[in-house]
Amino acid sequence: MPQIFKASANTLAKVSIVGILFLAGGTIGLIMVLGRSSYVTRANEYIEQPLQFSHAHHVGDDGIDCRYCHTSVETSSFAGIPPTKTCMNCHSQIWANSPFLEPVRASFREDKSLHWIRVHDLPDFVYFNHSIHIKKGMGCETCHGRVDRMPLMEQQASLQMEWCVACHRAPEQYVRPRSEIFTMGYRPTEPQSTLGPKLVKAYQISANTSCSTCHR
Amino acid sequence: MNERTDIGALRARLEGTRGREYWRSLEQLAETAEFKEFLHREFPQNASEWLDPVGRRGFLKLMGASLALAGVSACTRQPTEELVPYVRQPEELVPGKPLFYATAMPFAGAGVGLLVESHEGRPTKIEGNPDHPSSRGATDLFAQAAILGLYDPDRTQTITNLGEIRPFSSFAAEARAILSSQQTSQGAGVRILSETIASPTLAAQIRELLTRFPQAKWVQWEPFGRHSAREGSRLAFGEYVDAQYAIEKADLIVSLDADFLCTGASGLKHSRAFASRRRMGGDGAPLNRLYAIESSPTNTGSRADHRLPLRASQIEGVARALAAQLGVAGFAGGALPEAATRWMAPLVRDLQASRGRSIVIAGDGQPAIVHAIAHAMNETLGNVGATVVYTQPAEAQPMNQLAGLRDLVAEMNAGTIEFLLILGGNPVYTAPSDLEFADAMQKARLRAHLGIYEDETAALCHWHIPETHFLETWSDVRSDDGTVTIVQPLIAPLYNGRSAHEVMSALSENGERSAYDIVREYWAAQSGFSLQPVIPPPAPTSGGEVAPTGGAQIAPAPGGGVAPTGAAQIAPPGKGAVAVVPGRAPIVAAPVPALSPFDREWRRWLHDGIVPTTAFMPRTVAVQANFAAQVPASPAAAGAALEVVFRPDPSVYDGRFANNAWLQELPKSLTKLTWDNAALISPATAARLNLISGDVVELRQGGRSLRIPVWLVPGHAPDTLTLHLGYGRTRAGRAANGIGVDVNPLRTTGAPDILTGVELVKTGDVYDLASTQDHWSLEGRNLVRVATAAQFAQDPQFARKQEHQPLTGLTMYGNYKYEGYAWGMAIDQNVCTGCNSCVVACVAENNIPVVGKSQVLNGREMHWLRVDRYYTGDLENPDTYHQPMPCQQCENAPCEVVCPVSATVHSSEGLNDMVYNRCVGTRYCSNNCPYKVRRFNFLLYSDWNTESYWLQRNPDVTVRSRGVMEKCTYCVQRINQARVAAKLDDRSIRDGDVVTACQAACPTEAIVFGNINDPGSRVSKLKASPLNYGLLEELNTRPRTTYLAIVRNPNTELEPAADTGEGEERN
Repeated sequence: MPQIFKASANTLAKVSIVGILFLAGGTIGLIMVLGRSSYVTRANEYIEQPLQFSHAHHVGDDGIDCRYCHTSVETSSFAGIPPTKTCMNCHSQIWANSPFLEPVRASFREDKSLHWIRVHDLPDFVYFNHSIHIKKGMGCETCHGRVDRMPLMEQQASLQMEWCVACHRAPEQYVRPRSEIFTMGYRPTEPQSTLGPKLVKAYQISANTSCSTCHR
Repeated sequence: MNERTDIGALRARLEGTRGREYWRSLEQLAETAEFKEFLHREFPQNASEWLDPVGRRGFLKLMGASLALAGVSACTRQPTEELVPYVRQPEELVPGKPLFYATAMPFAGAGVGLLVESHEGRPTKIEGNPDHPSSRGATDLFAQAAILGLYDPDRTQTITNLGEIRPFSSFAAEARAILSSQQTSQGAGVRILSETIASPTLAAQIRELLTRFPQAKWVQWEPFGRHSAREGSRLAFGEYVDAQYAIEKADLIVSLDADFLCTGASGLKHSRAFASRRRMGGDGAPLNRLYAIESSPTNTGSRADHRLPLRASQIEGVARALAAQLGVAGFAGGALPEAATRWMAPLVRDLQASRGRSIVIAGDGQPAIVHAIAHAMNETLGNVGATVVYTQPAEAQPMNQLAGLRDLVAEMNAGTIEFLLILGGNPVYTAPSDLEFADAMQKARLRAHLGIYEDETAALCHWHIPETHFLETWSDVRSDDGTVTIVQPLIAPLYNGRSAHEVMSALSENGERSAYDIVREYWAAQSGFSLQPVIPPPAPTSGGEVAPTGGAQIAPAPGGGVAPTGAAQIAPPGKGAVAVVPGRAPIVAAPVPALSPFDREWRRWLHDGIVPTTAFMPRTVAVQANFAAQVPASPAAAGAALEVVFRPDPSVYDGRFANNAWLQELPKSLTKLTWDNAALISPATAARLNLISGDVVELRQGGRSLRIPVWLVPGHAPDTLTLHLGYGRTRAGRAANGIGVDVNPLRTTGAPDILTGVELVKTGDVYDLASTQDHWSLEGRNLVRVATAAQFAQDPQFARKQEHQPLTGLTMYGNYKYEGYAWGMAIDQNVCTGCNSCVVACVAENNIPVVGKSQVLNGREMHWLRVDRYYTGDLENPDTYHQPMPCQQCENAPCEVVCPVSATVHSSEGLNDMVYNRCVGTRYCSNNCPYKVRRFNFLLYSDWNTESYWLQRNPDVTVRSRGVMEKCTYCVQRINQARVAAKLDDRSIRDGDVVTACQAACPTEAIVFGNINDPGSRVSKLKASPLNYGLLEELNTRPRTTYLAIVRNPNTELEPAADTGEGEERN
């Protein structure tokens, strides 16, 4: 009876066993990479807004404080999106006739809200509180990046849990003095490795990693 | 109950047991297969099985698919979300922080003071107003569920005339035309039919119309409108007065068929006062003693030290005999049932010994004469002025409602009614059947109905006008003690509704005006303050006082906190209005509209939720000497002829809350029935008639009949059936249509409360009733621990001694030291009345879904907090205990160690966290939970499609999807809020900062939550009590929720066993 399989079949079998292992590993790896990619996290992605509002201009050029518009960032979980009235405080005087700002004037005139697209969007089962992070010395820049250089708002961090937990486990690496929270381009005056632990102690930071801190 | 239970055998078994045994149901006593199923599995068989056969191929396919999906699900992009800011943001509003507004819920002729939580303009949760005398911060289940009623998608949304959509102006024009045609007859053909009205403004508006049309009449009809109480007071005193009971001052309370703790406008107040005399230790107030004589088991009866089940018609005889023995003039004792005879002498001695410190309360279901006798007994015992005071009634116009409705029907039948205006209520459904109200009503020439639903009455009216919910309109209401609350709206009318004020104003000479103007004008006239603003002096006034912002007309908020601390918050002093910077021109604040003197008062009323000095002054009334002679003793039922008592349903009341799914799914306190009503019957009578729970019977009396399933209730009076109104609705909405049985066909004006001579015929049909009494049964001993006051004095540690096994304290995992906060809960079973408001509060706070009757039958109800009811003793008159069961938050939690994906893990503060986004639905945790407090979303129970419900949801709690396990979190969202608030203020969380939803709602403050690491906290003090014990502690789970054992205060004459060691365990 002739041989059904040639000698090369042995090699083929060995290669395909190894190949299956690689394929499985590769698939898992691909999923992990894909899950962290900006395709999923939407990091570094410019989002078209109803009005191309430039943080670079208002923060970088004009030097307006974050809290002029995001009024509740120190008191509430939500930092606050400014009502049209806030825009009109200035733009009833400056660029009052600019066609570019017509949607703002229309909103004010017709008493209809502007519909912005949310850039930093946590999943609905995550509860984040701005006020406590400000209180404990987390700078805006730490999570939101150099907003003063963003002509259009983009999300810089992945906003995935491993990113949150990295800071909750080691807040001393990210904390800054309360006076510098709204500073863009902050550089610590002494090495973070010595300043961080001091601030953690001074601000009584007890970054919680219990699940119910954020999930409830 | 599939098997036939042998009641005789059960009784024999109970007699054979030594000591106390606690049981939840007859099925448990009989150890039916069905009960064992509930006991041994966390979900019954069909609930958790996948019944379709799965072969090897199918299995592989599913495995492959689920592996692939598990990976892919991590890679989904979130849908785009919009941010929609205000155009002009209201000044008092901070996005992300709720505001609380004081208002009141008008309910059956009185108001309950509330604080309503609002998130960016949408009301989400109702709490009691701590400053309000009727609620003192607590709420009943109806107030808790009212928030769902607001968003009910089945509310009517359009004004219709004969089914066609019309503007309100057409209704106003037609109504005015018919009124002007009635000028000559002075309105002889005009009738206004309303529910009992406790709004002074609305009453004034109606009276104004009656002044213009002296021949017009105003009729009020409330199916449980306290007609006996009203007529009883007229019998005794010759006028309508309300009795106000100072329960906290009474050492002895006798209830004659009265559920004074859990029904009526004063229930919340009474519960709080009763609880203050039932706590062991603490404020040192001595225990009171409650005797309850009742026909149908009530929550009040379940708290009684002595309870006597008697047929409703026999209670009058007992009252007369009691009055005779106490020396009330005009009464002579008669023959009494045997059980009552034994009671009489000790009860009389006890009452005589507590003169001036006792109360006799008659129930609304008892005839007027019993109320009059109760008043006379209170007078004879010297209680009037001490524990009982009389005031004018809270309702604006007390009247004999039954007689009024009867006259109205006669007039309609005579064809003399030209215009019938129905302001709220559903008389076609609720009117006694002998009136044939629906037929009579159709003889009125023009009929208009104002109502929240397009109900049975609306269907027979020409005009139907959607009514505003009380959270949508300005109004006012008196609470039972007379205190007025201005009802302020939380949201603009969702469905284009009109309030009764606006409908009445459209008929007035002044024409259509807003409810806001009407209420303000009335109170300006009442208070004597001018509505005209005083021109302020040039100094700038407060910047915080802003005019109400558009749309919803929201008045100043009482601040962000749960409890407003005082009126000062509302008008901050004028600081910051002028900022003077050297070298620059001062920035002057925008001109603030001047406030009138009335507005200053008005704003404080709105903030506080009460109008000061509106509580009634006590009135001096004397019992008329000859009242006893006016009413001959009515014959008590004899022999085995059945009688029926009518009661409002514990969950849906008279049907007005029928379409509220939270209330429909709420297990009724004593029967644990959901989604249905049944004829309640005692086990002995059922055995005599050969009935078991679920058997459908036909009840006949005087040519009327109805078919209804029966339900066996231990402790029910013999030969009596309790029928609950509120079911069998045909036009209530999607939740209520066609469920349960309408019992109105048996109810007549002659016998609205007690119907005698009822014939019962067994039909042979069987009906599936969804009761949860055996769901989540615990397998363990000594879950309830009870002693008498004497035993407690002898052995304060009795509860600890009932441990099944000595506690070892062993652990495999090492002892974790909880630094900082350690959250814990203590539940005082001494004061829990089983009223169920905590359960509804939990549903409202935690976005708990409704599952429907078929799912409840499968044991899949989702309530995170259940109230277990245990019986002990005789089948015909057992003691009843209520045990609220939230998650016990075990320190050694059995659920955590079996979760393969770490979806349930421990927090550093001792909470047993549940992480929904990790849960894959293995249900191992539920399987391993000895307390059975975990709930699984077998299907997509949360309603994600009905838009109006989106507004109701608590934004601080995740809405769960299918395939996810959930359970009580100790309201971790409230803990986190308190923690952030404390950290922002650089302090630690104070005792009382975190109030769980169940705790906030509890009328008796039975639930106490706090930090057990703080020895000064209230919860620590309770846990230090000798009565404190944990459930199933022998399993070494170390539960954070513990219970206080019950101490009863029986009269040793009636319960001689009280001194012996009856409380000993039975192992």
